Amino acid sequence: MSGEIYVQAHPVDHLVRADRLPHIWCPGCGLGSATACFASAMVDSGLPLDKQVVVSGIGCTGRVAGYLNVDSFHTTHGRAIPFAIGLKLANPELQVTVFSGDGDMFAIGGNHFLHAARRNVDLNVVCINNFNYGMTGGQFGPTTPLGARTTTTPHGNAEPPFNLVHVASSLGAVFVARWTVLHIRQLHRSMLRALDKRGFRFIEVLAPCPVGFGKSNDIGEGLDEMWFYRRQCVIDPETDLAQATIEMKHDSRIVLGDFVDIERPVFRPSGWEE
Amino acid sequence: MIAAAERRVLAGRHFMNGDTACAEGALAAGCRFFAGYPITPSTEIAERLAERLPRLGGCFVQMEDELGSMAAILGASWAGAKAMTATSGPGFTLMMENFGLGLMTETPCVIVNVQRGGPSTGLPTLVGQADVMQAKWGSHGDYEPIAYAPASPQEMFDLLIAAFNAAERYRMPVLVMADEVVGHMTEGVTIPPAEELHLVGRKRPPAGANGWLPYAADGDLVPPMPLAGEGHHIHVTGLTHDERGYPATDAVVQDQLVRRISQKVQVHAAEIISLEELLTHDAETIVVSYGCTARSARQAVLAARERGVKAGLLRLITLWPFPGERMRELADGSRRFVVAEMNLGQMAREVERHTRAPAVWVTHAGGAMIPPTAILRAIMEAAT
Amino acid sequence: MRQEIRLAGFGGQGIILAGYVLGKAATLYDGKEAVLTQSYGPEARGGTCAAELVISDQPIGYPLVTQPDFVVCMSQESFNKYGSAIVAGAKAIVDADLVEVPGSSAWLHQIPATRLAQELGNRIVANMVMLGFVCAVTQVASRAALEEALRTTVRPRVVELNLRAFAQGFEHAVAGA
Repeated sequence: MSGEIYVQAHPVDHLVRADRLPHIWCPGCGLGSATACFASAMVDSGLPLDKQVVVSGIGCTGRVAGYLNVDSFHTTHGRAIPFAIGLKLANPELQVTVFSGDGDMFAIGGNHFLHAARRNVDLNVVCINNFNYGMTGGQFGPTTPLGARTTTTPHGNAEPPFNLVHVASSLGAVFVARWTVLHIRQLHRSMLRALDKRGFRFIEVLAPCPVGFGKSNDIGEGLDEMWFYRRQCVIDPETDLAQATIEMKHDSRIVLGDFVDIERPVFRPSGWEE
Repeated sequence: MIAAAERRVLAGRHFMNGDTACAEGALAAGCRFFAGYPITPSTEIAERLAERLPRLGGCFVQMEDELGSMAAILGASWAGAKAMTATSGPGFTLMMENFGLGLMTETPCVIVNVQRGGPSTGLPTLVGQADVMQAKWGSHGDYEPIAYAPASPQEMFDLLIAAFNAAERYRMPVLVMADEVVGHMTEGVTIPPAEELHLVGRKRPPAGANGWLPYAADGDLVPPMPLAGEGHHIHVTGLTHDERGYPATDAVVQDQLVRRISQKVQVHAAEIISLEELLTHDAETIVVSYGCTARSARQAVLAARERGVKAGLLRLITLWPFPGERMRELADGSRRFVVAEMNLGQMAREVERHTRAPAVWVTHAGGAMIPPTAILRAIMEAAT
Repeated sequence: MRQEIRLAGFGGQGIILAGYVLGKAATLYDGKEAVLTQSYGPEARGGTCAAELVISDQPIGYPLVTQPDFVVCMSQESFNKYGSAIVAGAKAIVDADLVEVPGSSAWLHQIPATRLAQELGNRIVANMVMLGFVCAVTQVASRAALEEALRTTVRPRVVELNLRAFAQGFEHAVAGA
C-alpha cells in the first residue's frame, strides 16, 4: 500500500465557491459528481467563464448554481427556464445553462420546458433525475417509476413517469442525451458537445438519491446505485427513444447515449434582426 | 439593426389610447425588453410593443404564461435591460410568485396591471380597482411596494417613466396599477422631446471593480447592481441571503435583509409619494380617490363647491407607499373624509387607519365607473 | 361646456374611426379636451358598436357618455338600442336610408350617408360623409380641425376620397338648412 495522497488543488477549484462549503447534499448523492463534471466541461469548452451563466430552480439540484463560481441564479420553483430566457435574449453574448432537477423542470416547470424546447431557445439544459423530490424528504415526482415507494406513495407509485429524453426529442430539442453520474467521461463529452451547439440542448443525468429513493426501492446506498447503473445501463445512441423508459428494476435496462444532434432555426423574437 | 426612421420618443401632441400611451411611456423610459401573455384589458400594450420594440433594437417575447413572463423580465433585468410586463387580474395573481423573487433579489423592472373586475375571471372587459391591496400584500412575506395609479392616458405615459425611474433608483420591481377605463380611453397625450425626459439608470458598481458584492447596500440602503456577464461572478437567490448573495438560514440575516428592502422605500417615501390636491387648503370634506374613479371624484368636488360645500380632492398618484403623513396632517379632527374606489373599501381602511376616524365609503365591486353623483351625494351627506 | 356625442352603427362601418377623428380634431386642432371610449366586447365584432365622445373646453372628469347631446346612428339596430336615450334638447342624426324613425321632428336630422358615399364610388366612406354632416349640424368641432385630423389619420392614398366624402356630408347639411 502506498501512503495517503494529499491533493493540493483540483483543476476546477476556481469554479467552486469554496467559501460556501460544505455543501448541503447527503452522503451518496450524485450531485457532486454531476456538478464537478459540468464545471470541468465549462472550463474545457473554452468559452470565457465570465460569459457563462448558470440558472437553477428549487430543489437539491437547484443549489448547484450557488456552488459554482460564475454568475449564477437560484430562482423560484420551476421558473429557471423562463428566467434564463430573459437573460439570454437581453444579452445574447451569454452562454446560459439551466441546471435543475426532474421535479423542478418537469412538474412545476413542465410548461416552460415544453415551450422553450418548441421555440428552440438557445439554452443548455441539464436535468439531474433522481426519481424523487429529495429536498422535501423523498416524495414521488414526474419521473418516479411506476410502483416505486416514496413518502407520498407508501402503497407504490400509481402514475407512469415521463421519459425525459423522449419528451425533449419529440419537442424538437436539437441535442438530447442521457447519461448517469457513473458515466462521467461520456457525460463530460456530451456536455462539451452541448456547450458547442446552439439551440435548445437537453442532457438528462441519472443520479443516486439514496435517502429519498434508493433505500426504499431495493437499490440501496449511493455506491449500490452506481453498481446498479454499471449492471443495467447500455449505451445505444440509435435506440428508439419511445422505448427508452426507465423502470429502475434489477431486471430492466437503462439506455444511455447522445441520442439527438440536429440543426433547427434558433429562436429569435419576432422582428429581430441579427 | 435599428430602422433609421423609427423614433423611440414620439414627441408631440397625440390623441392616444391609454394602453398605447403606456407602451409609449415604457419606450420613452428606455424599456428594452417586454415579456407578457395576452390578457384583456392590457393586451393593447403588448400589441404596441410587439410592433415598436423590435424596430428600436429591443426584444418582445410572448411567453407561455404570466409565471414565465415575470421570470423572463427578471432575467432580462440581470442582463442589463430595462424590462417590463403588462397584465390584468388573473395574470397579476400568477405574477405574485416572481414579484416576490424580484423584491427579494432587488431586481428593477415594471409590472403594469390594467385592472378589471375580480375575483377570478370576473369581468374581463370591465373595469375594477380591487387589486390595490394585492399590490401591497399579494406576494408572501413582508415588503414595501411602490405602486402608481394613472388616471388618464397622459399619466399612462408619464407614470411609466416614473415607474421605470423608481425601479432603477430603488432596485426593485415597481407596479403600475392602471384600470380598464384608463387603459381603453383615448384622450390627449403630450409626449415631450427625448432630451426633456428625466431618465434614471440603476446604480452600478464602480468601473473596474471586481467581485462586487451584489447585496452590499450603500447609505441609501440601495446596493449598486452588478450584471451577469461582467465578471463579478455574482450569486443571486430568492433565499434569504447575506451581502455576498449567499443563502443564510439565519434569523438575524433575515431580519436585516427584509427590514432593509422595506426601509429603502420607507426612507425615500417623501420623494416617491405623488399626490394631487385640489382645493384641499380650506376643504371641510376631502375625497380620497385614485385611478379612473378620481375623475368622477374631481367632478363631484367641483359640483359640491358650486353648491357652496367646501370639498377638496386628494388624488393618490402613488398608492404605495401610502401617504400616511399627509393624511395625518389633513386629519385635524374637524375634516371629514370620503373615500371613493371601485372595490369594497380596500384603501378606505388605510385612510381610516391614518386619519383615526371613520370615513364615508363610496364603493362598488367593479364593472362600471362610480358616477360623480354618487360621490357628490356622499360629500353632501358628510357635510351635514 | 361639456358636450356628449354617441356615434353608433354596426361593426365595419368605420364608426370607431369616425369617433377617433372627431376626438382628435377637438383635442389637437381645436384646442379643446376630448375623451373617446368605445363599446368593448363581442358586440364590437359585427354587431352594434358605438364610439362615445365627451368634448369640453374644460378638463374632463367623468369620461363616459351618460346623456348624449347628439346621437348618431348608422343602423336600425343601433337606433333601436340607443334611440331611447335621446332626451329633450338632444338631437338624433341618422342615415336616412338605413334607419327608420317613426314620425319626424325638429330633433331629427337625416342624411343618406351610405348612398352618397356609393355615389362617390365607395360606400366605405359613409362614415366620413356622416362626419361632415355631424360637423355642420353639431359644430362640436370645426371643419378645419376635422379635415386636418382626417388628413393625419387615414392612409395617404385615401385622404382625397375621405375629404371629398366629408365635404359631401358637410354641404348636404348646409344645403338642407
